Amino acid sequence: MSETFTPALLEMHGAHIGALRDTSLTVVEDVSWSVAPGEFWVVAGQQHSGKSDLLMHAAGLMAPLRGSCRLFGCETNNSDTSHIDGRLRVGFVFAGGKLFNQMTVAENVALPLCYQKNLAAAEAAQVVAALLELLGLAPFADMTPANLAANWRLRAALARALVLKPELLVLDNPLGGLGGRHRQWLLDFLDQLWRGHKWFGGRPMTLVVTTDDLLPWHGGPRKFALLADRKFFLLGAWREVESSGEPHLKELLAELAGATM
Amino acid sequence: MAKAFELANTQVFRRAAMPKSWTDLVGRKLFLALITLGVMLKKFDVANGVMRPRVRQEIARAGMALLPMFFFVALALGFLVVGQTVSALAKVGATDYLGSTMVIVVVRELGPLLTAMLVLARVGTGNVIELGTARALGEVEALEALGIDPVHYLIVPRVIGMALGIFALTIYLIIGALASGYIFAFLQDVPLTPGDYYKQIAESLNWLDFALLALKTFAFGFFIATVTCYHGLAQPLRLEDVSRVTVRAVTQGVIVCVLVDAVFIVLYLVT
Repeated sequence: MSETFTPALLEMHGAHIGALRDTSLTVVEDVSWSVAPGEFWVVAGQQHSGKSDLLMHAAGLMAPLRGSCRLFGCETNNSDTSHIDGRLRVGFVFAGGKLFNQMTVAENVALPLCYQKNLAAAEAAQVVAALLELLGLAPFADMTPANLAANWRLRAALARALVLKPELLVLDNPLGGLGGRHRQWLLDFLDQLWRGHKWFGGRPMTLVVTTDDLLPWHGGPRKFALLADRKFFLLGAWREVESSGEPHLKELLAELAGATM
Repeated sequence: MAKAFELANTQVFRRAAMPKSWTDLVGRKLFLALITLGVMLKKFDVANGVMRPRVRQEIARAGMALLPMFFFVALALGFLVVGQTVSALAKVGATDYLGSTMVIVVVRELGPLLTAMLVLARVGTGNVIELGTARALGEVEALEALGIDPVHYLIVPRVIGMALGIFALTIYLIIGALASGYIFAFLQDVPLTPGDYYKQIAESLNWLDFALLALKTFAFGFFIATVTCYHGLAQPLRLEDVSRVTVRAVTQGVIVCVLVDAVFIVLYLVT
């Protein structure tokens, strides 16, 4: 039986990751990583380990200082513009949401749809209402982000990232600051997206999330990686995480175990 | 080509280091001005459903919303400057020079420059604060992640709004100041009929005054919007930096207005 070759959605080879706040500063060195369609990656790391910066590169919003990063087969360096279309195939949920504060939740979600498909707000309203309903945001549609609790802001950011039906969804520390009920809802919803949600045509979505709390992501066929000491460690499945001799990971798991006791 | 502009935008916003010299600072602003012009032309027809309401909103903000203030300023300018000039010229029997004096003082210089300064103070500062806050809160990255060009979405409507706003408000200010100036002169018993007053002004105006007035006001709007948007967006900012860059943007906006005005004085003298 011949094995079919599926090209990676995201490939990094020896990539040096620069910081968003100071692009001349290297926060992670020599990242070699490949994300294939249908995979669910969890990248763990302490605060300030470069998780957000890594995701900015993974979404094609920043180019690596050295090495290469290919998104949907296109190099994301500054001299090549072909990767810009690839950005629309990536949904990005920022830590804290980064919603547009002047707009309501519905307007935030409608913006990418109206801009990219050249629609008036009224034309996008039906799609937006259905997506807000799916994420339980319908009662908050006319509220501005400042008036929403963090739990609902994250859902609004998720709705905004999903409205263009991306192939790759990246989420920056999505569980940070969420209450228990919302945390479980999000984990279940991301699993549904990964398996293929009917709202998105049943197509399995590729997911990359970062976290500073590994335990909620335990289980399932997820793949894990670790950011520590400006290095990127590929770990593999959860059983490899548990058996890993990586001292930073042990420290992280011990800390978590201590925190959950 | 449009994509090349998009990429250049990203490089503007990703540039981390602060300007190291005056030439670097001026160069960056000119670079942003060129990118803005390029994006304006190349993306003229992109996302009209989103962009047209934004442009209308900016025109209202930099034009219509300032009408009450400009009504007051036109009255004040008329009483303080035009009326006194008219009565002074009448006292020395130099009413023949009234038209050319009014055209030089009010139409060419005071009207456009005062309008630009007021719009800079009222709308330009708002631009820096809004954009600086958006930048500090990461909304620019959020726009890019949604495939929305920040220059197209944030800067272009402000440039168009401010250019058209300053142009329209200058016309209102000039007409209002000339009218209220005559009322002041009339109250001082200056022997001049309204017909003679406006005839003199009309005779002193030529087509070049209209053309250069339009060009000058558009230039004011374009450069004020570019400078304020640059300070709001094209630098790494934290929330605590916003007030500092607002002050800097206003100072540099005033300098830019004076420089643009100087260029047009040379043009008037040459033509």
